[in-house]
Amino acid sequence: MYTQALDIPQPKGEPKGPRVVENADYQAEFDAKIDAGGFIEAKDWMPEAYRKTLVRQISQHAHSEIVGMLPEGNWITRAPSLKRKAILLAKVQDEGGHGLYLYAAAETLGVSRDELYEALLDGRAKYSSIFNYPTLTWADIGVIGWLVDGAAIMNQIPLCKCSYGPYSRAMVRICKEESFHQRQGYDLLLQMMKGTPEQREMVQDAVNRWWWPSIMMFGPHDKDSQHSETSMRWGIKRISNDDLRQKFVDATVKQAEVLGITLPDPDLKWNEARGHYDFGAIDWEEFWSTVNGHGQCNVDRIAARRKAWEEGAWVREAALEHARKQAAREKVAA
Amino acid sequence: MERKEWPLWEVFVRSKNGLDHKHCGSVHAPDARLALQVARDVYTRRQEGVSIWVVRASDIVASDPDAKPELFDPAEDKIYRHPTFYTLPDEVNHM
Ligand SMILES: [Fe+2]
Ligand SMILES: [Fe+2]
Repeated sequence: MYTQALDIPQPKGEPKGPRVVENADYQAEFDAKIDAGGFIEAKDWMPEAYRKTLVRQISQHAHSEIVGMLPEGNWITRAPSLKRKAILLAKVQDEGGHGLYLYAAAETLGVSRDELYEALLDGRAKYSSIFNYPTLTWADIGVIGWLVDGAAIMNQIPLCKCSYGPYSRAMVRICKEESFHQRQGYDLLLQMMKGTPEQREMVQDAVNRWWWPSIMMFGPHDKDSQHSETSMRWGIKRISNDDLRQKFVDATVKQAEVLGITLPDPDLKWNEARGHYDFGAIDWEEFWSTVNGHGQCNVDRIAARRKAWEEGAWVREAALEHARKQAAREKVAA
Repeated sequence: MERKEWPLWEVFVRSKNGLDHKHCGSVHAPDARLALQVARDVYTRRQEGVSIWVVRASDIVASDPDAKPELFDPAEDKIYRHPTFYTLPDEVNHM
């Protein structure tokens, strides 16, 4: 699961839902609950802006899971062994499951899954920029598990304590499953690093291509992050983008060393005074252009999702029709 | 796009015998049989359950969140319903 686009604004067409009447007493009760670190549940009163923020964030998150199945799905039929194929299948299936948990959590806010999904298919909704990069070699599968799922875990652990009950419960379930994703990726890379020089080169090449996109997954710098402050106030976001990114970089350096590869950043070095690793400047132009639809694979990703949706339409309709006939038959029999 | 949405089902899973079924999320499915199938794939990929219930979300009757005070506050001052309300002599306090 991959939440990066968390605080990326929705351009237009906010999903609609039940109108929530503004009410000072309710607002006070809501604020008190948030301040006390309590949870808001689906049927509780909540400010409209809180609801909208959650719908945007949870659905972007769900879309990221579903689109995220594509770059890895690309390698299922070409996995080098039955063992690796079974592992990759299980991982991609998990990502589909994560999408489903999250759409279900979003639906508790008065929007429907199909409605949210439509926004993805017609390009209104955003998803994590990371999935708009191609998976060129088998090493990419390992690097995605290690770095992309690794960054996702950093992002997601604080969300387990998010103030909205259904979201936080979905995140607890997801986080339990993510650790397998990261470890299988690292394990795959370890094995490749024990292989031929060409295999080691493949790993280094994959790291070179995925490193920067991975650290962009934490989103814009705090000073440029427009929703962060209110999200913090509401207990939706607990740790800032930059703090999470730093944590990720600090944790990854050692892992890269053990693996025997070099992270592609000449400015990456330990800063004794800060007690953290310093790292180079991020290319935000690339980030925004990818988020806004001009990455290497944006068009392919949405086309693939559209194709699956459209070609599955007759199955969905037939299943509904079958259920309707079955119900009618049971009524007659009764 | 015309929407033909599958109905929503709430999913309850018994993680092992001896424990209650517990709500764990929801799924969309056209009928009960498929709801069970989908729930199995979505919520029990790692032996999380030995039994699943699915209930149409529209069939669930829930208490009104606005009625929370009158429903649940009356229990607040009935502390004598708890064993800790009674202080007994030390020799028998483990009773
Ligand atoms: Fe995931
Ligand atoms: Fe994952």
